[in-house]
Amino acid sequence: MKGSLIILAFFAVGLVGGIYDVFPTWLLNEELTTYALFALMFLVGISIGSDKTAFSILRKMNLKVVLVPLTVVVGSLAGTALISFILSDISVKEAMAVGAGFGYYSLSSIFISKLSGPELGVVALLSNIFREILTLLAVPFLVRYFGKLAGIATGGATAMDTTLPIIVKFTGKDYGIIAIFSGIILTILVPILVKVIFEFL
Amino acid sequence: MASYIVIALFSVGIGVGWLFRNKEKTRKNVDVAVTWAVYLLLFLLGISVGVNEEIINNFSRIGYKAFWLTFGAVAGSVLLAKLVYELFFKTKDKA
Repeated sequence: MKGSLIILAFFAVGLVGGIYDVFPTWLLNEELTTYALFALMFLVGISIGSDKTAFSILRKMNLKVVLVPLTVVVGSLAGTALISFILSDISVKEAMAVGAGFGYYSLSSIFISKLSGPELGVVALLSNIFREILTLLAVPFLVRYFGKLAGIATGGATAMDTTLPIIVKFTGKDYGIIAIFSGIILTILVPILVKVIFEFL
Repeated sequence: MASYIVIALFSVGIGVGWLFRNKEKTRKNVDVAVTWAVYLLLFLLGISVGVNEEIINNFSRIGYKAFWLTFGAVAGSVLLAKLVYELFFKTKDKA
């Protein structure tokens, strides 16, 4: 939560500065964003790859657990695709790309704005921040009415870190491992699925 | 093209990270670098949005869309999660 506020603050400073034209134009250079994104993705890769607990958890998993991230993928993409029919000004493809952020707002918004433009990037940023906030607020309720996988499902990629404590609190420690597993798989899938959705749908 | 490079770098990073799995200090530094890279990129995204009048003038519409997409993603995930839970995960001790 604190992390998302700081990130929003950086976004807001850029936004306000952009509106009032206070920054030098070289900051708007496409290449700067591209290289920063390259650096970010490489570093995120290292961070995931060097996570020892992640690998030991992956090794202990049985096949059934694969169903959990799969549920989140199918549910999120189907849900956002349906919403695109209600909203007049977003295509199925764009809606699904936003849904494929799975709550990982920093990476998905950056990646989507690179592939599709800053407007959809902002939609992805807000929508995936909402997803994290909603998870933090609604897990007790969701778990009660939709079963023990509900918190892991709304948490999406954040189920491995920011929303993990609340998920564990309301569904139990045994589900904590499933939450981390699902979060890792979804985190890895974010850039891949966003790319696939834009390229092949 | 750039997005393929991104995915390639991401995959290579996972491999490189595996080599650093026992280097606590490197891991910490990498996480700090990730955080700052995210700050920088969101700051830059903020600027590119701020100079784009079309987005600024439509901001409430963008928020509205974002809200409904969140609703769709969460509702879809949770409903399917209920089904998968009932079918595969629920312990049968209450039967």
